[in-house]
Amino acid sequence: MTTRADTALVAAPVGSGRRRGSITLAGVVLRTPYWVFTGALAVIFLFPLVWTALAAVSPQPGTSQTEGWGFGNFRALGGYQAGIWQYLANSAFVSVLTVLLTLAISLLGGYAFARFSFPCKDLLFLVTLAILMVPYATLLIPLYVLLSRVGLHNSLVGVALVLTMFQLPFSTFMMRISFEAVPRELDEAAMVDGCSSFTALWRVLVPAVKPGLITVGLFAFLAAWNDFMAPLILINDSSRMTLPLAVANLRGQVQGVVDYGATEAGVVVLALPCIVLFLLLQRHYVRGFMSGAIKG
Amino acid sequence: MSVTVASPRQGRPVQGRPVQGRPRQGRPVQGWLYAAPTAVFVTALFVVPLLLVLVMSGSRWPLLSGNQGWNFPANYTKAVGNRFFLDSVAFTLTYTALATALLIGLGLGLALLVQESTRWKGLLRTAFLVPNALGLASASLLFYVLYSPFAGPFAAITEQLGFTFLGTPDAALWSTLFLIVWRYAGFYMLLMLVGLQSVPFDVFEAARIDGATRWQTFRHVTLPLLRPTLALTTVLCVTGSLLAFEQFYILTKGGPDNSTISVVQLVYTVAFQGQNDLGVAAALSVLVLLALVVVNAVQLRAFHRTDVDAGTS
Repeated sequence: MTTRADTALVAAPVGSGRRRGSITLAGVVLRTPYWVFTGALAVIFLFPLVWTALAAVSPQPGTSQTEGWGFGNFRALGGYQAGIWQYLANSAFVSVLTVLLTLAISLLGGYAFARFSFPCKDLLFLVTLAILMVPYATLLIPLYVLLSRVGLHNSLVGVALVLTMFQLPFSTFMMRISFEAVPRELDEAAMVDGCSSFTALWRVLVPAVKPGLITVGLFAFLAAWNDFMAPLILINDSSRMTLPLAVANLRGQVQGVVDYGATEAGVVVLALPCIVLFLLLQRHYVRGFMSGAIKG
Repeated sequence: MSVTVASPRQGRPVQGRPVQGRPRQGRPVQGWLYAAPTAVFVTALFVVPLLLVLVMSGSRWPLLSGNQGWNFPANYTKAVGNRFFLDSVAFTLTYTALATALLIGLGLGLALLVQESTRWKGLLRTAFLVPNALGLASASLLFYVLYSPFAGPFAAITEQLGFTFLGTPDAALWSTLFLIVWRYAGFYMLLMLVGLQSVPFDVFEAARIDGATRWQTFRHVTLPLLRPTLALTTVLCVTGSLLAFEQFYILTKGGPDNSTISVVQLVYTVAFQGQNDLGVAAALSVLVLLALVVVNAVQLRAFHRTDVDAGTS
């Protein structure tokens, strides 16, 4: 059932439109209101994105791009405080570290939950899922205290650790069902051939659960790249801010005068990687939500 | 109803409890080794902070000087006595009710619009889903500019009409709701689509043969069969809305006249802006946690009861 839904949802953008082969005049007339209506809806959803992208490079009074089209707003963004490259680097560091940690931990954890039985297994799994139930702010306040006690105050590593923890319910669950979908015979055959459980995991199972890993990695990246509250609370030093925080702070800089142009440029820089990744990996993105829905 | 259990496990020859003699089942040490990183992370970054927040909520704990000793009920009375407490609770509840009604309704509506697979509907789905790739903070910043009376695309029109998107409490609330619908409608559409896909096609076929109208089919076939999905999406949406923060922190900044302060925003303000009182903030966030647990328990129980007559296991 999952597969049916999966293919039906995903295959849609790339074909299977041929079924409505016989286009009659009456059919076209009847369906025109539908096309107009849905087309208008699509425009509403796309308009803010398109407008921002255009406004960022178009001439506007009061911004750094007053005459002609160009990248003046992006240059203004580049010159803000520590510079956009610093913030991009910070965001990239946090995102990459979060993705790597999330992948490693949920790969091993999913393997453990799917293939082994050990004491307190169900308890550990439930506690992991319980992270979802606890408000972000409820955890960030004690984490602020704890991280400063272990020297990770104001540290991007600390932010990445916290973001990884917030990813664990989804990613552990996702990897567990990915491993459970692989027939046991596969890794058992490898073990009979003399693989250790780790070699079996690395050589045989990792290729089999690769789609699950891509989904987990994509979600971890999007969450880490876009996260606002964890860096807001855990980072004080303006040179260590991540990009969303820097762009949000940039608005209130010059005595209440907001540089809308630079803000637009900031939104474009923030959104672009996410939209590109989303369009490239839409299939995996959809699957992530499906597994979430399956959980109930 | 199989929506909730249609995991890939089903139909696999090895589903269920492992058979005796499987090579690795008797090796709990290895299992623990693989689960150890998860256990370490969950313990250090979830269980310990959760216990600490309880301790903090019962202690005098200024932001800069740390723990100053036990003062149990004081933080809670201060939290409830905060001059924005009742307003923020009322505002958060209003916002949650409106956001949930809008997102569930529109999510279902969009899902029904793009249900079948055609190329056009595939494109529509993508269009509805793209905003979901943006972070909530980026989306809030985007709408901050879009709603701006100086730089936004509607600046000229709104000036003529003497209206601003964020100028009055009501306008700010609805403008924020539009942002949230824009950002999340595709997400809820997707969840609804997953639910719709798992309803067997024969059921609709049968309804059609029996002469049911579209509305009758929707009301008496689709909706009851979608109940598990509706339960899940409602729980998700209520939880997310009760914890709203970024949209109010970035877009409305709690204004105008402190009319759009959400509960989580109040927690942040008490902890890091002005009062710098982590103890009271911890007490507030423990209250939020308890409220969330109660709200979700009530919702799950309500949906579970209705599930039974829908034939769910």
